[in-house]
Amino acid sequence: MPYVLTVSPDFTPQHIAGWYIFNTWLQRQSELAFHVELYNSFNKQREAIADNKIDLIYANPYDAAMLVREKGFKALVAPLGKADEAIIACNGASQIQSIEDLQPDLKIVTTDDPDVHLMGMMMLEPADLDKDNTHIEEVDGYVLVAKKLLQQNADIGFFLKDAYHDLSRLIRDELKILITSEIFVIRHILLAGPELQQHHQQLQSLLVNMQNDEKGMNVLNSMGLNGWEAQTQEDTEFMIDLMDTL
Amino acid sequence: MKLYYYDGTERTVDIVDQEVPFPDGRLIVSRTNTVGIMTHFNQSFVDMSGYSEEELMGKNHYILRHPDMPAAAFKGLWDAIQQGKKWDGYVKNLRKDGLYYWVHAIVIPNIRNGEIVGYTSVRRKPSRNKINQCIPLYAKMLTEEGEQQCLTS
Repeated sequence: MPYVLTVSPDFTPQHIAGWYIFNTWLQRQSELAFHVELYNSFNKQREAIADNKIDLIYANPYDAAMLVREKGFKALVAPLGKADEAIIACNGASQIQSIEDLQPDLKIVTTDDPDVHLMGMMMLEPADLDKDNTHIEEVDGYVLVAKKLLQQNADIGFFLKDAYHDLSRLIRDELKILITSEIFVIRHILLAGPELQQHHQQLQSLLVNMQNDEKGMNVLNSMGLNGWEAQTQEDTEFMIDLMDTL
Repeated sequence: MKLYYYDGTERTVDIVDQEVPFPDGRLIVSRTNTVGIMTHFNQSFVDMSGYSEEELMGKNHYILRHPDMPAAAFKGLWDAIQQGKKWDGYVKNLRKDGLYYWVHAIVIPNIRNGEIVGYTSVRRKPSRNKINQCIPLYAKMLTEEGEQQCLTS
């Protein structure tokens, strides 16, 4: 039976192929059999994790607590120089100029991306806004968040920073950024499940050295990454503690 | 103004009644050991404190304590986190230059293998309404603490 590799459902669509290429690279380098299984929602992926169907996961930081503390996963690596940051934006023609201008009964459009949603709600705190005095609508992806704002069906939207900058210039020109998070330490991590523990060192070493090899670098480029850096268990515990405070 | 700390140390600071705004979108993060000695902090923490990294590392977290903050607020914090619970509250912090900044602080115990090994404090930009509610409350608590000290001495 091959080990199962999955990727947080918030990966950017243009990098799907990259994860399959990564899977091939990883199998050749490690001489271990992996199979890619992708899920189109966080809930579906969490069901698979609960059923112990996952061995290797590029996980959203929000899910890291459950994976590490309840399912015995251990951190291998984190993407080099790449943190999850959130943007709150509104329609470019909106009267809203800053977070403090926002008022209760506001319509928020968001996705099921849990860390971006947490960061977005946290940045509304200076305006005394929370889930109890706002209307939150969840849509399937950041293009739909932008669409809702452009059609003026929502007052503000939450975006993953990278996803916002992946929108076409035409769309971005019609939107206005109100705030961008600068947290730096919240990031996706690649975690190995209990069945892979015996290969932990081998996998970590392969991944950390991936950017030193031309073929490895090409694979990383196809995934939209610059490389990997080793992630200690304490680094991960620290990020989990930090997520608990949001 | 002379400030006195629980461990018997004291220092003199010039208090300046001027607020430094919390930077938008940032989190101020620090970690301490179990007795409040700083072991890690991020750049936002350094920037807002007005101290250098070298001046902060290894120092007790109380150097940020503003004299307008009542002792009872910090007692509540320590009681909660030493029991392994999360604490959150609004805190007026003192900078090295005597100016101040308000934060919404969330402090959690770092539990490893069932043991508390330290504490992480994350501060975010607070709501102005919440600060305005805290100002008279903290002033009242400080007055009561002063009266209590007079009674006991």
